[in-house]
Amino acid sequence: MSAAVEPVSAAPLSEATQARFAREVAKYPPEQKQSAVMACLSIVQQEQGWVSPENELAVAEYLGMPPMAVHEVTTFYNMYNQKPVGRFKLNVCTNAPCMFAGGPQALQHLCDKLGVQPYGTTADGMFTVQPSECLGACGDSPVMLVNDRHMCSYMSNDKLDQLVDGLRKAED
Amino acid sequence: MARVQEILAQFQAKGVETCFHGRHINPQIYAELNGGNWGLKDYEARGGYAALRKIVGQDGGAGMTQDEVIAELKASGLRGRGGAGFPTGLKWSFMPRGFPGQKYLVCNSDEGEPGTFKDRDILMYNPHAVIEGMAIAAYAMGASVGYNYIHGEVFQVYERFEAAIEQAREAGYLGQGVMGSTFNFQLHAHHGFGAYICGEETALLESLEGKKGQPRFKPPFPASFGLYGKPTTINNTETFAATPWIIRNGGPAYLECGKPNNGGTKIFSIQGDVERPGNYEIPLGTPFAKLLELAGGVRGGKTLKAVIPGGSSSPVLPADIIMQCTMDYDSIAKAGSMLGSGAVMVMDDSRDMVETLLRLSYFYMHESCGQCTPCREGTGWLWRMVERIEHGQGRPEDLDVLDNVAENIMGRTICALGDAAAMPVRAMLKHFRHEFAAKIDAAQKQAA
Repeated sequence: MSAAVEPVSAAPLSEATQARFAREVAKYPPEQKQSAVMACLSIVQQEQGWVSPENELAVAEYLGMPPMAVHEVTTFYNMYNQKPVGRFKLNVCTNAPCMFAGGPQALQHLCDKLGVQPYGTTADGMFTVQPSECLGACGDSPVMLVNDRHMCSYMSNDKLDQLVDGLRKAED
Repeated sequence: MARVQEILAQFQAKGVETCFHGRHINPQIYAELNGGNWGLKDYEARGGYAALRKIVGQDGGAGMTQDEVIAELKASGLRGRGGAGFPTGLKWSFMPRGFPGQKYLVCNSDEGEPGTFKDRDILMYNPHAVIEGMAIAAYAMGASVGYNYIHGEVFQVYERFEAAIEQAREAGYLGQGVMGSTFNFQLHAHHGFGAYICGEETALLESLEGKKGQPRFKPPFPASFGLYGKPTTINNTETFAATPWIIRNGGPAYLECGKPNNGGTKIFSIQGDVERPGNYEIPLGTPFAKLLELAGGVRGGKTLKAVIPGGSSSPVLPADIIMQCTMDYDSIAKAGSMLGSGAVMVMDDSRDMVETLLRLSYFYMHESCGQCTPCREGTGWLWRMVERIEHGQGRPEDLDVLDNVAENIMGRTICALGDAAAMPVRAMLKHFRHEFAAKIDAAQKQAA
């Protein structure tokens, strides 16, 4: 056997977070609370930056699900961060339609500018850059998703520079 | 934090290029939109919710029965806009009538087929058309609860749809006793979080139940065993958005604006090597050449090489074939491909087909849910072989093996993702085999 695994306990959920969870749970029949698991995990990710084992447990307890069923969801869907990422996660689409319209070049430009490899995080913990599959905004290519919730369109090199510089300044 | 939001907002698309370009032909869903008029009052001013009012008999008329609504849909020739093109009226008639328990209605807005971005613009700029369409469908099938499953990557669209639902609720178009009638309909928005497979309807149901999005065996079909095991109908966003127009103007009028067996307008998401990528709503049966012209032609005045006419899963068609096609289910099927979701990927004569297939093959490998062996293993084999060919390590036998692996995936999986991965491979080999063979030849010479 490998080294003993540290036991994990559920992270506390703030009242505000629980209120957000409750709003999602209310959409489904009372006996189907599990339907809210994707939304709850994405709320956790928005607030904490990633989905930690402690947070998976907290969601499992809140929804009355086996922890493993929550973990299955975290690991199945591409957008959940299973490890901490930078303050800003930048996902650049490189799928075929974007490949014809500068997606891979945008990814390269970002990596060069930030001095990271794809999937890497800058030393200051500010940016993580990831290539991604279709974001569903092919007409706006090059497109980039920032922190799962903000689509940025027509991202020429100039605009990428503006965005990165702007976010850096805003966080200083 | 507020400052961050401000910066990000500067880069948000406004829809001008993709939707408000004024180059649609007789649009029904995108008609009169400008980005600012997505709200309830504007939708009503465009004639919105008149169809719902009509069927529940709150417009001074007698209302319509469930059968009358379904008959109107059948007469319209509306076919599913998500990819399969199944007749909508027929699908609605499959829902059990006398079923005593809960029935559900689901909208599939998990728009992840590479090349497609039409539902995004519908939900962002005309969300009430989808809400009204869903309410009409719910009435026709006796479903009192609905969910709209929205692609997780377009979160702003999800937020917009939630805001529109709230408006519709306040105005009495949703909830208990819609517009004072006895019809009840609750509607909720649900978002995905990055899984192409959830566009498959039974994977979507699993996901909606809070599980991994792995497709279910069919039968049983969702109409008998769907969400939470209850009778469920799932339609695409654009299908629902087309419905109010049909009820307002009648099924025959809708059929007339398309061509026989292909009623109505369809939104095409055209991208790749064109001057003006975007969504174009045009009558079904419009020549491909006209669509290409609307999109400004091939970028940089280059020559058209090939088109993938219905999303990345549909077989590629060389220029000489697609230029003879009209954009409708039957014409594209006859040419050996599929109209699919209406994503039209245009490639100019500088495009390398091996490189293109390599990217698509990677996508299907990445998105296979892992449930069926032929797909889970086969998509990896396909990708690795195409990668070998692209990187100068191809072997002469690879082309036959590629085709053989693709053939052995097709029809041997629970859902259509296997076919979706295999079809592009087979079509590329059929039409552009020489490009693959040339790379293999070059590799062989290099080795010798």
